[in-house]
Amino acid sequence: MAEIAAPAQAQGERRAGSSSGAFPIAPGVKWALGLFLPLGLALGWELAVRAGLAEGRLMPPPSRIAETLYALARSGELWTHAWATLWRVAVGFAIGAASGILLGALSGTSEAARRLLDPTLQALRAIPSIAWVPLFILWFGIFEASKVALIAVGTFFPVYLGVAGAILSVDRKLVEVGRIFRLSRLDLARRILLPAVLPELLVSLRSGLGLGFMFVVAAEFMGASEGLGYLLVDGQQLGKPDQILAAIIAFAVMGKAADSLLVAATRPLVRWQDVARERL
Amino acid sequence: MLELARLSKTYADGTHALADITLEVRESEIVSLVGGSGCGKTTLLRLIAGLDRPSSGEIRLDGERLTEPNPSVGIVFQEPRLLPWLSVADNVGFGLSALSGGERRARVAHALDRVGLSEHAGRWPRELSGGQQQRVAIARAFVTEPKLLLLDEPFSALDAFTRASLHEHLLGLWDESRPTVLLVTHDVQEAVTLADRAVVMQPKPGRIFDEQPLRLARPRDKLSPGFESATRRLLSTLDNSLKPAHLAKAERGREAAALWW
Repeated sequence: MAEIAAPAQAQGERRAGSSSGAFPIAPGVKWALGLFLPLGLALGWELAVRAGLAEGRLMPPPSRIAETLYALARSGELWTHAWATLWRVAVGFAIGAASGILLGALSGTSEAARRLLDPTLQALRAIPSIAWVPLFILWFGIFEASKVALIAVGTFFPVYLGVAGAILSVDRKLVEVGRIFRLSRLDLARRILLPAVLPELLVSLRSGLGLGFMFVVAAEFMGASEGLGYLLVDGQQLGKPDQILAAIIAFAVMGKAADSLLVAATRPLVRWQDVARERL
Repeated sequence: MLELARLSKTYADGTHALADITLEVRESEIVSLVGGSGCGKTTLLRLIAGLDRPSSGEIRLDGERLTEPNPSVGIVFQEPRLLPWLSVADNVGFGLSALSGGERRARVAHALDRVGLSEHAGRWPRELSGGQQQRVAIARAFVTEPKLLLLDEPFSALDAFTRASLHEHLLGLWDESRPTVLLVTHDVQEAVTLADRAVVMQPKPGRIFDEQPLRLARPRDKLSPGFESATRRLLSTLDNSLKPAHLAKAERGREAAALWW
């Protein structure tokens, strides 16, 4: 009995000692672990096509996608399209996030404003944003304005909800500390509410940015002569799956880069947070 | 001097939290409010701090009527309530934004020194233990030099050793500016350790049951006979306060009978 129990006990101790679970991972390997799956799959597919096991016409091997991407980059096309998409997301996100923060702050701080605004906004939120597309085209034309408007609408709602909800859930106990020191309404907002809602505000900005990238594709589907979304449609119509995949990869890189930039830029503001783990 | 005159509080849901509280606290006196849970001790402090409004009656500090948070009234809550996004030093100096930077830094440094946390000035609150956080909260209340300091069971969540050391820190800070102190506690020994007078409260509705002077020399020795007898006397008063009214009356009747015999 004692012999059987001993290893189990040792394992339990080891588990208690390491924070990352039963199998401790060396720090250098941790980073590489995330690359293992995508690189393995890509390599497998490449080999399968080279060996003639798969045709690779509709699902081109990584080497052909890389070739297409390189050609697009060299001709300058990739940058034109990426820049057009990025510009639309940036403007739409800026408008949507700014109005989301403004109305969310109003709704969160004043009950009158909340009763006035929130029911209407919640009703509008229930409309799938894509449903606005025909109307926006009629109103704003088929060029930039209608696309930016769609992205702004998509970004607005998560930011509005996040800000209003965060303000409503600020700890009453901390607000009382502000009252004890007789802070004015403005100071209360600046010194207590703003820092208290900051972490949640950043999370809602990130999900807003994610939705911005989602809606830019929808916007570019509805008629564009440039943009990564245009590359997708063009690739479908001309039967160029490698161009579609190249555009998808460009989207992934751009979206991830924008998100990382947002996180890195705002990290100093939330250093004080008492979180157990690094966030995703 | 703090004067409470016929103070009552009834909440919107009809709960009768406080009835007819009349109490005077001399300048620099330390009074502890003792009582079972639900006897309105915390409600009373919140009224004096201006966080809630009394239903009737009034509160005066040196003749000035208090109706809202006042710069000469400081409070330490049951929890530290530090702002997690400010360093320890910035938390202590939170109420000093009207002062110049140099003056503020000097006062904060002095207060942190008095509570023994100078080396932690630049840390985040989350990096401190519970007792250290409560010391920061005490420093934050003292640093504005209030005339009246309200303490709402500030030591109740701490272990006995930490509590004893915090009592010393508190008395040390008190001795510098000698504010009037109103200390809510459910710990009889804490009341006898710190206060000049103990006021025993009774629940449903919260009211003053009795009071007991604690004229023991400072610093107080917990093992001295005087300390022990004061503790015992306060405990028995507290016991009586928790008995239902008719039982207490019957007992008083019995005592009267005993005297008659």
